[in-house]
Amino acid sequence: MTTPVAQYALQLGDDALILSQRLSEWCAHAPELEEDVALANLALDLLGQARTLLTYAGSLEGRGRSEDDLAFLRTEREFRNVLLVEQPNGDFAMTIARQLYFATYQYELYAALCESTDAELAGLAAKAVKEVAYHRDHAVQWTLRLGDGTEESRRRMQEGVDQLWPYTAELFEADAVALELAGSGAAVDPRTLRPAWEASVAEVIEAATLTMPSGDWQPRGGRAGKHTEAFGLLLGEMQALHRQFPGAAW
Amino acid sequence: MATRTIEASDLALLEAAASAVPDPELPVVTLGDLGIVRGVAVADDGAVEVRLTPTFVGCPATEVIAADVRAAVEARLVTLGGAGAGAGAGSGSGAGAGADTSGDAGSTGSAGAVADLAHVEVRTRMEMSPAWSTDWISDDGRRKLAEHGIAPPRGGRASGIVAVTIGRRAGLGEASPLAGASPQPPTPCPRCGSTSTRLISAFGSTPCQSLRACRACGEPFGAMKAL
Repeated sequence: MTTPVAQYALQLGDDALILSQRLSEWCAHAPELEEDVALANLALDLLGQARTLLTYAGSLEGRGRSEDDLAFLRTEREFRNVLLVEQPNGDFAMTIARQLYFATYQYELYAALCESTDAELAGLAAKAVKEVAYHRDHAVQWTLRLGDGTEESRRRMQEGVDQLWPYTAELFEADAVALELAGSGAAVDPRTLRPAWEASVAEVIEAATLTMPSGDWQPRGGRAGKHTEAFGLLLGEMQALHRQFPGAAW
Repeated sequence: MATRTIEASDLALLEAAASAVPDPELPVVTLGDLGIVRGVAVADDGAVEVRLTPTFVGCPATEVIAADVRAAVEARLVTLGGAGAGAGAGSGSGAGAGADTSGDAGSTGSAGAVADLAHVEVRTRMEMSPAWSTDWISDDGRRKLAEHGIAPPRGGRASGIVAVTIGRRAGLGEASPLAGASPQPPTPCPRCGSTSTRLISAFGSTPCQSLRACRACGEPFGAMKAL
């Protein structure tokens, strides 16, 4: 039997882990060397957060599962990450759009989670919010540069924010776990993060001379383990080594 | 004989040993310079526990740091046993020679029970809270970083959350990577001292560094991120 805090830590840990995996795919493929380094650094920060959160989730659920067990030996339906983080990288502008949406969300989330009544979550949040501030700055700078850049870069940046916009609704959806824990002050009610997130994103998009996306289609299901098609391929690659060589270590 | 109680004065020596360990990525500075060592105590089970804090949560050097600290503290324990055994012979010393870890946790708190110092278990524990900040890097550490060609973090930043200003930086990064409410003068070049430097990327060769270049001497350099 798993506890609500374990489930919550798993949700946040899976978000960080899957986005880390996606960003790692850019390694040696980024537009320039500095971006290779930058994207790998973002991935590394997220991996560190994921390791802490998954280790904590594993310790709470009482089944003796380690961070590696949780990362490499769960099946697709057992992952609790939001759909946004598993979306394919697309071109560089698409990746930046995903970063803008998610880093802004994660920044607001961790800033609020610093006040959590759960000491472990509060401790991680206080540490991670400083790292994520840099992630958000990175996304903001590129959004401005691409949006207010050439005709082609602007077209691509607009396409990026438009295509990923539907997946942002799920970030602020109050599932049972978050709601229960928000009552006790351990978690943040995701709905409360939306106003600050939207104001911040809108300001960047406007400054980048882009148009704020809209629309009613709001795919969801990640928190319940229902993922999009691309997720299976991501997991296959991420887990292949550990499944073929159980316990493999560097 | 190496079998005796670990006294509070010993703990200070062990902490000094842990603090003297060089950082594996930036060996010019020690863990003490970086403010990574939080303290040393004897746990209830008799083990020596060194509390450490990560700079960045995902820093790959963290595991190497923990292993290096364990080795340094274990080595220091052995020499403690050999040298100052007489002075530290306090409560019930020399009683059970060879008794590894005393199961009966007699004294809690900073000092421990009688133990064979060469066989005391040494553990490290990562403490996330309070979060590490570059403000914890000592003045000595800042000087050594600069001498090594790494610009130290900009001092005096309040250790709160850094807000992001939304606006384009001229030439992508004239000011500090995160231009907060109080803009700081540009990071001086650690090679020639010129303050005419520019940010190439907020992300560099280690998680804690950004990449900058000097306009005066042309040299690229790493700069510790303010955190």
